[in-house]
Amino acid sequence: MSRSHRQEGPDRLYVITSGRSTGADESLDAVTLIVAESEPAPGMQSEHAEILRMCGSGPMAVVEISAHLRLPVAVVRILLTDLLDSGRVTARHPRPAPSPATPLASPDVLEKVLVALHNL
Amino acid sequence: MHSTTSEPPAPDAAPVPLLATAEQALKIAVVGGFGVGKTTLVRSVSEIRPLNTEETMTRAGDGVDDLDGVEAKRSTTVAFDFGRITLDATSVLYVFGAPGQERFWFLWDRLFSGALGAVVLVDTRRLADSFYAIDRLEAQGTPFVVAHNDFGESSHGLDEVRSALDLDPGVPLVRCDARERDSAKQVLIALVRHVRSLVTEGSR
Ligand SMILES: Nc1nc2c(ncn2[C@@H]2O[C@H](COP(=O)(O)OP(=O)(O)OP(=O)(O)O)[C@@H](O)[C@H]2O)c(=O)[nH]1
Ligand SMILES: [Mg+2]
Repeated sequence: MSRSHRQEGPDRLYVITSGRSTGADESLDAVTLIVAESEPAPGMQSEHAEILRMCGSGPMAVVEISAHLRLPVAVVRILLTDLLDSGRVTARHPRPAPSPATPLASPDVLEKVLVALHNL
Repeated sequence: MHSTTSEPPAPDAAPVPLLATAEQALKIAVVGGFGVGKTTLVRSVSEIRPLNTEETMTRAGDGVDDLDGVEAKRSTTVAFDFGRITLDATSVLYVFGAPGQERFWFLWDRLFSGALGAVVLVDTRRLADSFYAIDRLEAQGTPFVVAHNDFGESSHGLDEVRSALDLDPGVPLVRCDARERDSAKQVLIALVRHVRSLVTEGSR
């Protein structure tokens, strides 16, 4: 059966985030890569411990953490902000999002993507 | 019948970490109406079994602080799936598939901002499902290509599809079979080439 939060309702999300729905680090993109900097510690909130295990053997994107925990990205962002604040994880952010001034990716990056796609 | 949850939730696939050296992630978005083949396309190109997640958002937006009570009842849930392609030791590309209808765009702005570009997947039996996505991408200046996912129904030429969609001549239109890796990959290549041509033009 699905362990989707949709079935569980908002109560679980409320508990997991200790009632917070704001205060997440706004720079955390869906594809920011997260690396664990410490082991899970006893007494830690289970979702925090789970994230540290997940990101302990290599970087993991925010959205992948969300899929594996079956929690919305918005909630994972709040959990990750706790871990970032306490130095238990670090974040590798995507290059600055394209803006009106620089709307598109660099030719080097595009070339790299094309080569990889051709080799797929 | 199609719905955003037509895919049964994958039994928990173990997380597959990225290379330790991975530091840079890119995104491409695949949008389209229900049942048009978004999940199929993502699966065809992904190196991991596609994952999915659900977002719940209140329409009222950022001003709403409490998740309980009346406001929560106005929330909308949307499922999307994604896969990934390792580009090299330091870079990885995420390909997201998500419904393109107007009521889901509140999610897009947040999750897919900064994407390299988008693929609008269309089914000639339900072309109107893609009108909103095309308008929106045009309006916000996100580079995109349109891919006609061929369900074998098509006696339509691509020219007919182009005019039915009232597509700008500058937007590439390709045909694909989302079930075939090579065909799905050609769609992504068409998009990246298109983005590249825009970059080159822009720098002249
Ligand atoms: N004949 C044919 N069938 C396809 C093709 N692409 C997808 N399908 C089938 O169409 C059905 C819907 O495809 P999905 O990939 O689930 O579509 P979707 O856009 O993710 O659907 P929702 O998430 O429910 O909106 C599946 O049964 C696919 O096997 C195609 O290119 N040709
Ligand atoms: Mg789908």
